[in-house]
Amino acid sequence: MTFDTPITIALSKGRIFKQTLPLLAHAGIEPLDDPETSRKLILDTNHPQVKLVIIRASDVPTYVQWGAADIGVAGKDVLLEHGGDGLYEPLDLKIACCALWVAGQPGADLKRRRLRIATKYVRSAQQHFAAKGQQVEIIKLYGSMELAPIVGLSDLIVDLVESGNTLKANGLVKLEHICDISSRLVVNKASWKMKHGTVIQVLEALREAVEN
Amino acid sequence: MHDERWLLPEGIDEVLPPEADYLEGLRRELIDLYRSWGYELVFPPFIEFTESLLANDGGDLDLRTFKLTDQLSGRTLGIRADITPQTARIDAHPLKRERPSRLCYVGMVLQTRSSGFAANRAPIQVGAELYGHSGVESDLEVLRLMLETLERAGVGELYLDLGHVGIFRGLAREAGLSPDQEQALFDALQRKAVPELEGLVQAFRLPAAEARMLVGLAELSGEEEVLARARALFRDASAEVRAALDTLETKARYFAAHHPGLPLHFDLAELRGYHYHTGVVFSAYLPGLGQEIARGGRYDGAGAAFGRGRPACGFSSDLKTLLGFGYREATEKALIFAPSEEDEGLREQVRQLRADGRRVVCALPGQKAGPADMGCGELLRKQDGDWVLRPA
Repeated sequence: MTFDTPITIALSKGRIFKQTLPLLAHAGIEPLDDPETSRKLILDTNHPQVKLVIIRASDVPTYVQWGAADIGVAGKDVLLEHGGDGLYEPLDLKIACCALWVAGQPGADLKRRRLRIATKYVRSAQQHFAAKGQQVEIIKLYGSMELAPIVGLSDLIVDLVESGNTLKANGLVKLEHICDISSRLVVNKASWKMKHGTVIQVLEALREAVEN
Repeated sequence: MHDERWLLPEGIDEVLPPEADYLEGLRRELIDLYRSWGYELVFPPFIEFTESLLANDGGDLDLRTFKLTDQLSGRTLGIRADITPQTARIDAHPLKRERPSRLCYVGMVLQTRSSGFAANRAPIQVGAELYGHSGVESDLEVLRLMLETLERAGVGELYLDLGHVGIFRGLAREAGLSPDQEQALFDALQRKAVPELEGLVQAFRLPAAEARMLVGLAELSGEEEVLARARALFRDASAEVRAALDTLETKARYFAAHHPGLPLHFDLAELRGYHYHTGVVFSAYLPGLGQEIARGGRYDGAGAAFGRGRPACGFSSDLKTLLGFGYREATEKALIFAPSEEDEGLREQVRQLRADGRRVVCALPGQKAGPADMGCGELLRKQDGDWVLRPA
């Protein structure tokens, strides 16, 4: 496979990178360095036209929206927080699957007035409770959400749950399912139009890889 | 705190020398261009009753408009976030002509949040609108004027993106969608989120044929072959949908014949300004720039809110964005340095030079800065009793 135009793909380190690699390999794209061992932020691939940039997961939509990368892989959780404006998200890659849940201590009172919710996912939490007709106070945290109900910082948390082990270890339980999360292919609007052939080529190869 | 007094609010910038000089030159050139095509200049007010600014808003213009209370009338005033609705009001009410009206404008608008032209909340909107004609001819005139605008601004290599909101609107009508359902599909289409679209048409229990067309719409983008794919997909769609395709085909033929070098991209799911536009929509993109640099389309009937709906089509861009492309230092003749001296002959010479269109700066008594420090290329010197120009 060859690529007509130079193309930059934004990925985040860790799970998304690991699970995207086999999909990219199906499209004939293989990085020449391993981001876990290399300190490089721009990785070359076996195609001189294709570069990978390795950034924080929550920065992927920003890079792609402003055209710093043509294509990216971002979790639906990140896209929901970003708002998704100015981006195309044409493909569900069905990787890094998990779900967004409301969690708390067993028997927590979900009906209390003005619940305090600790979360990293401010927008999703707000929308979830607003749709239920419930006004809540959101406390923005950057990590270790499970701690908040234990130390009385919040009544409940909204967080991604994969195996549920972290919740369990901290004596919390899943209370309400908000939505399922998986990673999406995101594409810059201008790249979609101006590098259409190449973008569609990558998109179709990834679609095929997902379907197999 | 005092150290930060000089800071401007986020997204608010200013244009300083020497760019300001270029920007003003470009502004004059563009207005002259529009006038040479028979477009008349209007200066709508910076502030109006929000009711009239937002008369046609079905989208997020309300949220993008700064508002304050008028102490005289007690009503809410808005600072314009877009000049186009103002020109629609002017065409519908103050001008009230039967013949087609061609209007152009340039002015600053203010937006609570940036709408996409970079992160700038105070763009200088420049554009032209054509009222009173419905048809491909007026679409094309406006499109050609937009291309000419970009060319004058020194924008090279651009891509033209064409779409038509009538396709989605026709499909939504045919499927009998509720406003909420239409909005949900619209949001997903704007993001080309095919997995979500599939989920939505299933949740809405749409008939298979309608569902297939709505989901298929998301994939109708690319070069001219898209139109053939669209023909096949919408074979059994309503006349409204097929008429929209006809309009796009006419445009494709026109551009292939008259602008063979211009890359065209069709995107039938591109619904920018869906709540406002009624027909063809277009935008210009540049390689390496994530956002469009000029955009426009047809918005028939916008004047109805002011008592008289007319066909309408227009485009606009942002002078501050355009500034980044063709920017060149002023090429006009150098600034002239006049020494600080009480002399009738010098005064007369300065007056004469300025009358001839030259730029002359007079030194002030006690000034240490010389011609070079003042950016002057020439100076006036007394020679045999006459004041003559010499290179600085």
